Amino acid sequence: MIYSVVGHYSLILGLCVGIILIFFSIQNFKNSNQLDTKILSFSFLQLLFVLISFLALIISFVISDFSNETVFNNSHTTKPLFYKISGTWGNHEGSLLLWLLVLTLFIFIFLLRTKNQPIKYKILTLSFQQVIIIGFFLFLIQTSNPFNYLFPVPDEGLGLNPILQDPALAIHPPILYLGYVGSSIIFSSALAATTLKMVSTSWAIHIKKWVLISWIFLTVGILLGSIWAYYELGWGGFWFWDPVENVSLMPWLALTTLLHCILVLERKEILTSWVIILSIATFTLSMCGTFLVRSGILNSVHTFANDPERGLFILIFLFALIFMSLFIFFFFHHSSKNNSSNFFWLSKETSILVNNWFMMYFLSVVLIGTVYPIFLDVISYQKISVGPPFYHKLIAPFLIPFLFAMAIGPRLKWIRSDLKDKIYLIFLLIISILISFFIVKNFNTNILINTILISSAFYLFFITLKDFFNTKYKNFAQNTAHFGFSLLILSILFNNLFSSEIITNLKVGETYDNSKTKIVFESINQKKEKNYKSIIANFKITNSEGINNNLSPELRLYNQPNITTSEADIKTTLTKDKFIVINLVQNQDYFNVRYQVKPFMLWIWLSVIMISMGGLVSFLQKRI
Amino acid sequence: MKKKLIKYPIILIFLIIFVVFYKSLKDTNIYTPETKINYDIPIFSADLLLLNENLTSTEIFELDKFYLLNIWASWCVPCRDEHSILMTLSKNNKLNIIGMNYKDNKKNAKSFLDELGNPYQKIIVDKNGTNSIEWGAYGVPETFIIYNNKILKKYIGPLNQELFAEIQKIIK
Repeated sequence: MIYSVVGHYSLILGLCVGIILIFFSIQNFKNSNQLDTKILSFSFLQLLFVLISFLALIISFVISDFSNETVFNNSHTTKPLFYKISGTWGNHEGSLLLWLLVLTLFIFIFLLRTKNQPIKYKILTLSFQQVIIIGFFLFLIQTSNPFNYLFPVPDEGLGLNPILQDPALAIHPPILYLGYVGSSIIFSSALAATTLKMVSTSWAIHIKKWVLISWIFLTVGILLGSIWAYYELGWGGFWFWDPVENVSLMPWLALTTLLHCILVLERKEILTSWVIILSIATFTLSMCGTFLVRSGILNSVHTFANDPERGLFILIFLFALIFMSLFIFFFFHHSSKNNSSNFFWLSKETSILVNNWFMMYFLSVVLIGTVYPIFLDVISYQKISVGPPFYHKLIAPFLIPFLFAMAIGPRLKWIRSDLKDKIYLIFLLIISILISFFIVKNFNTNILINTILISSAFYLFFITLKDFFNTKYKNFAQNTAHFGFSLLILSILFNNLFSSEIITNLKVGETYDNSKTKIVFESINQKKEKNYKSIIANFKITNSEGINNNLSPELRLYNQPNITTSEADIKTTLTKDKFIVINLVQNQDYFNVRYQVKPFMLWIWLSVIMISMGGLVSFLQKRI
Repeated sequence: MKKKLIKYPIILIFLIIFVVFYKSLKDTNIYTPETKINYDIPIFSADLLLLNENLTSTEIFELDKFYLLNIWASWCVPCRDEHSILMTLSKNNKLNIIGMNYKDNKKNAKSFLDELGNPYQKIIVDKNGTNSIEWGAYGVPETFIIYNNKILKKYIGPLNQELFAEIQKIIK
């Protein structure tokens, strides 16, 4: 109880510090010889208040203090300690508090670490960031206070949704928020830089670190969510084009594009408008995601308890930020004369510009697919849902030129260049096409489009692979990321083309047999754990080569709340995953068995890790 | 300047997006399948609960009368609440009430009727729930008003006094 009080008041104090900070910033801005030390100490104070409040919430969860409404709604005494703690951010209120914590942490680090930049710029960035922080404080205190008091105090909590009781999901939100919130720093500093007309090479070098760090966290955050969905939701896929997945993909696309623009701006003062707009877009898309998820406009696996008041608050806040940034952009930003896109056609700049437009295309496809149903519903009261075929049809063909551009682009020089080693580039192209053709030919699929798609991915794969051994070629970070991307596309393609699936209903002791696979349902065990009962089914699976596998998927019947989850059993090898999941058939002793063979699953995860490693290398690299 | 001109459409677009989001916040987002009204009833055949017979849909709804199809189950709590209304309705001889016993156990269903009375002329068994899907139902209880092999009206959830009055009005 005492912890809730402490947490609540330290939130209010944090808000007050935010207002004081804005006041000091204005004063300091007028008289900006040096950074007021008060600003730094108050930022630290704010961070401290939010941290206290966050710790208070964690403690309330750990000691199962059910006088706190958030704890009551999301925890239970029988839950393991680890999930009590991770339950702190597994709900709407707690996750917003975490978001606020990261916001205050990042701006403090920003103030500490930013040297060699004008004082005015630092102060202005802080002010914009405080606007966001104050917005979040108000949102939290007004509509989603994590410290609401319950009386009479219930004896037992409602429990955390069991599908959220999972290690990957315990760290997925914090990592993802680090990415989202990192983009708020980029947003604030881009606005500050635009206002002060200092969007320049030196600013680009300074902000690049922040772009990279948010990009890495966002990438890893999305990856963790995807891995979780793969083994926990029991659908056997890793990306469902679920609205909320899309909502995290959109900032990622914008941020990736921004990263490439920053690389250009680092060397040459062009693409400034791109950089500003993308900085704004990345953060507003993150916020837009928050709005879509938290307001309950979209139905998805991430839907929190819905409350229209919350939605309204975020909506107004979001559009206030959008209009503020539009105003700053139109009012202060004037692109200089030499900014016009007057590049030689074969140069790195052009290829990055090409990359930008492709990325914008992918972004718009995802954006339209996600929000179009909302628009249609409002305008014509029709309900539609946009599924994977939409995205596949619109994205796959454009991946082909995109991959080729990705292979050739980095080899070009700045300003103007000729392609060297033409023969060897063409040689690799022919090899890629041949390999792809022979792979695709063996399977009954649409030959033409698949061959082209796979060969473009192979092309990028070979070129980046060769560049690892090319001593002249020094951009290791970029090469790692691009190599990872080619690997990702290849794994996804093979995974899509060569997956196989068997769905059947079996009783204990029964056998399913088609010419290729034999599934024997051997036995059932029951086990009792602290907060759930589990039914473990044992299967023996024999494939056409006579290799036996024993797989034991599990059904968990949680006691609080009363939910059944199915835990897939997955045998992972380098080349393929064997995935089996069972479900109860209502009122019968049959189990619904779903067995999938998914090639290259491991490589999808590895390649995304590799992509983020590329970012990490670039982050750690000193600029030459 | 070109940039000045582009400013207004962009602001306009964002305003439109704002309005759309705002409106969709106000609307409910719970998806409800379209209520099939004035549609032909599905064609099916089913066993009866109390008699050892199998009837087709045309045999069940053959008369030139109003029919009320009620989907129920002994395990369904709201079904108990609406049962008294069905009992009252069953006294009206303009209306034939047909029950559809949804995913239920025969013994429990019979003791439910013994306890609360049987308003149904015929009760068809929908052991695995497929017939109710044919009808476009998505839960118990659910009630359809049928005339001349067409669905006139569909009520989701238990009947109450208000709906009772409405049904009385329709069959007049």
